[in-house]
Amino acid sequence: MNWSALEALISGVNKYSTVFGRVWLSMVFVFRVMVFVVAAQRVWGDENKDFVCNTAQPGCINVCYDSIFPISHIRLWALQLIFVTCPSLMVVGHVKYREKKDMQYGASHKGAHLYANPGKKRGGLWWTYLVSLVFKAGFDAGFLYLLYHIYDGYDMPRLSKCSLAPCPNTVDCYISRPTEKKIFTLFMVVSSALCILMCICEMIYLISKRIQKLIKRKTEAERRLFAESHEMTPLAAPRSEFRSKTSLRVDPTASVQNLSNIKEEDGPPPKK
Amino acid sequence: MSWPALYTQLVGANRHSTSLGKIWLSVLFIFRVMVLVVAAESVWGDEQSDFTCNTLQPGCENVCYDQFFPVSHIRLWCLQLVFVSTPTLLVAMYVAYRNHRDKRRLLQEEELETLKKRRLPIAGALWWTYACSLVFRLLFEGGFMYALYVVYDGFQMPRLVQCDQWPCPNLVDCFISRPTEKTIFTVFMATASSICMVLNMAELAYLVAKAVTSGWRGWNQ
Repeated sequence: MNWSALEALISGVNKYSTVFGRVWLSMVFVFRVMVFVVAAQRVWGDENKDFVCNTAQPGCINVCYDSIFPISHIRLWALQLIFVTCPSLMVVGHVKYREKKDMQYGASHKGAHLYANPGKKRGGLWWTYLVSLVFKAGFDAGFLYLLYHIYDGYDMPRLSKCSLAPCPNTVDCYISRPTEKKIFTLFMVVSSALCILMCICEMIYLISKRIQKLIKRKTEAERRLFAESHEMTPLAAPRSEFRSKTSLRVDPTASVQNLSNIKEEDGPPPKK
Repeated sequence: MSWPALYTQLVGANRHSTSLGKIWLSVLFIFRVMVLVVAAESVWGDEQSDFTCNTLQPGCENVCYDQFFPVSHIRLWCLQLVFVSTPTLLVAMYVAYRNHRDKRRLLQEEELETLKKRRLPIAGALWWTYACSLVFRLLFEGGFMYALYVVYDGFQMPRLVQCDQWPCPNLVDCFISRPTEKTIFTVFMATASSICMVLNMAELAYLVAKAVTSGWRGWNQ
């Protein structure tokens, strides 16, 4: 199991992701896994060999190294990358489960389909996707905090003082390549923070899209309910928008013969 | 995820590049990535173990090494290559988005595979995406070359550096391993980087000229 196998596994998730999810995936694999593999691992390669303490006491260097580096940055990042990419497998699993259910349904109901599109994020799959996002952001944040807690910040000091047994009194110990390590630590921390931000953006996007859909469905339902409950009864014929003025109304019974019988109107009708 | 995986990603996006873009990709992978992996890494492999200082003081070598090599050349070049390849992924993402949109909107009867095989002409939004990717590439290349120049005061590797950082006593002479070979490779990578920058500028000029002439022709029609 190596990084390319993990990448092949995770790339399958790309089909069911949103735009943010795809950008997140590229960011993780290009900026984090790739930089980790080709650059960061080399920087930490000689950390034990080139860790030097100002003492001839045997065993002191081992003990001091162990107390200063309980777990190497490289191992923490490898674990972080594995944990952060795995929640996507939840989504792949759920889609495969849906497809299996669909196939079984089709077999028993003569070709009918249970899901129009098993990959569309509706119902249970939407919740699985949201939960996977929460886990991704959670793991990333958790590991960032862990790194901060173990190493008292993201700084890498050039010199650390160590006074554990068997070291005599206090011994100066020097870390190898502290500046390069600090640069790569900051790089990995910043890319983790950007990935967390992308996860949060994606969550907001998913939730707002869902709320939009729900509101639209609600207004559609309300409109339909209104139309159904208020039945159209036969009313008077709709009035023409060009209302005829009474002064210009023509009496159909009037004719030249009985003109004198018609009373004259009292001026223009009052305006409504 | 390593160089071969990045290569597959970039080659996919290459279909929509101009000929200069294709040349750029070959220069990038043959003269830069391959040289980095095959040669440069073995030259810099023993950089810390063979960094020797004329002192018995424990810790002095570590501190002096750290002062003169804040970031190793190899790491700077790896980061440079990763950052320079990233804008092409932007173009690839845009092409994927276009394919997806066209499949939904217009060509519902065509399969996504035939859509993927077609070559989009570089016009409209794709032109802008491509031009932006070229600008970013230039910025990253220039930025990293400048960073290397500033950090190491030029592209030459000195044979001797003098260090007076604590805990080194007074002034200590420190000797870098393989300085000439490192200088040769630094100059080689800087030259390859400049060639890539020239190719990118030529490609940008070509794109702008093409857009201007086609716009002018369209105007005249």
